[in-house]
Amino acid sequence: MNPSRTATVARYLVLSAMAVAVLLPFVSIVLAALHPSGAQISGLSLPTTWSWSNFADAWREANFSHLVLSSVIIAAGVVPLAVVLATLAAYSLATLDPLGGRAMSVAFVLGLTLPIELVVVALYFDLRQVGLTNSYLGVILAETALFMPFGVYWMQNHFASIPRELLEAARVDGAGSLSILGRVLLPISWPALTTLGLLYFMWSWNQFLLVIVLMQNPDLRTAPAGLGFFVGQYSTNIPLLSAASLIVIGPIVVLYLIFQRNFVSGITQGAVKG
Amino acid sequence: MADTAPLARRRPRRRARRVVALLYIAPAALVYVAFAIWPAIHTVYLSFLDWDGILPATSAGFSNYTDVFTDPTLGPALWHAIVLIVFFAVIPCALGLLMTALLQGNVRGMTAFRVIFFLPQVLPLVAVGITWRWLYNDDGLVNQGLRWIGLGGVTRAWLGDYNLALVALGLIGTWAMSGLCMVLFLAGAQKIDVALYEAVALDGGGPVRRFFAVTLPALRGEITIASVITTIAALASFDLVFVTTNGGPVDRTTVPGLLVYRLAFNESDIGRASALAVVLTLIVIVFVTAIRTLTREKA
Repeated sequence: MNPSRTATVARYLVLSAMAVAVLLPFVSIVLAALHPSGAQISGLSLPTTWSWSNFADAWREANFSHLVLSSVIIAAGVVPLAVVLATLAAYSLATLDPLGGRAMSVAFVLGLTLPIELVVVALYFDLRQVGLTNSYLGVILAETALFMPFGVYWMQNHFASIPRELLEAARVDGAGSLSILGRVLLPISWPALTTLGLLYFMWSWNQFLLVIVLMQNPDLRTAPAGLGFFVGQYSTNIPLLSAASLIVIGPIVVLYLIFQRNFVSGITQGAVKG
Repeated sequence: MADTAPLARRRPRRRARRVVALLYIAPAALVYVAFAIWPAIHTVYLSFLDWDGILPATSAGFSNYTDVFTDPTLGPALWHAIVLIVFFAVIPCALGLLMTALLQGNVRGMTAFRVIFFLPQVLPLVAVGITWRWLYNDDGLVNQGLRWIGLGGVTRAWLGDYNLALVALGLIGTWAMSGLCMVLFLAGAQKIDVALYEAVALDGGGPVRRFFAVTLPALRGEITIASVITTIAALASFDLVFVTTNGGPVDRTTVPGLLVYRLAFNESDIGRASALAVVLTLIVIVFVTAIRTLTREKA
């Protein structure tokens, strides 16, 4: 074997070892979820009988009908609202030279580093005062606000990368700023918008701290938030817990496998341009 | 002279346009200020109060802040968060760089590997935590693996171990963050001009020189970003700790996020919860600024 061939084989061995390290935990909970409920399991082991019923049991026990419905309602509110607001703001900041635009761009970007912990305590009392705790609207608006810095930043970078000539040409033709956005920019912005929408969906689906604080009513919690409390109740029933985790992981993994390019580019490029 | 008149007329029009442009920003700014900026400021205000969330509040001066540093449970939590940086940020970045050095060049099938390495980034951390609770269990995969390689003597319930629970928790972060660092660095390394490597080779430099002279400086931007993201994830961690150890055993794995939640919503000590949140934010800002300064290009 020549040296370059040895190097290639070594590369694949290292990569495969890493891939196994990432994937083994999944294999472990998938197998665990297929053992009979409450069974004593040992590490990676094939169940003697495959118990698909764990998924139905976990769905019922953890009240996933309510939880998933809440997750869907919140995501269905956050994604369009946050994408539209971020796009409008970014369009103006990137192309219309608004008064005080530079300072506002900075104010949005600074939000990228603020931990949720700083916001969540006062937010609970603020929203309680106006009746927006235990309310889908409260969570939707709070998440929209928390995701705003990234969205504005992402769309602003996108609009700034579009050639000026395109905008100038439309302006000379007498198009107003709204019709430039709608007829010229949006049609060529679908990739950026899709990526933003997918990231927003993921963050909304995965959000935990905000939801357990703002939704004290267990019936209104989202799937991950419900799962967080389900652990306390069934801490020793590994098959049931594994099945419940897979139910929560499922939708996001399916989306990721379909749109992996958008997810990877969104998270890596969205960060790198800073 | 003839040109100044239209210019003078144009200026107010231009100003009017710049004001109208604000209308596009208004909805986003309104939501952002009302639901993120205002609560953040309000938290700072609450941090100077003694308040249980119901009865009238009294002024507390700086006492909540002195508590953050002197209280036997709050101080260690800040320290734990800083220890987690080693596992969430330092090790993943080092591992990512090592892998980049080893793997540079085109690898066929890289897309598939990238999809796998990046997977932990999209998962809800609550589910990741539950998965690792099981892996670290007495009968879990970690102990099974240790027995298999003949280290049966060191097996234990890792997340319940007084001395090693924090390390075990940190390694979950290493598992989750290494892929992100690797994907970032490999993508950055692909943009490096091959001529630079050839220049080093002509000078008689080996792979080590090549890495330190070319790859590492070229990845400066990616290294900054990866360390900022992972450091914030370590300092502001909550979900993972909440489901794996909930701070135990005996407060050995408490983190600021967990105590902010506990103080505010279980112990009704809003002032201290807010002060801890403010201190946590300041620590985040200090670390992010330090990383940016350290990795800034030396002109």
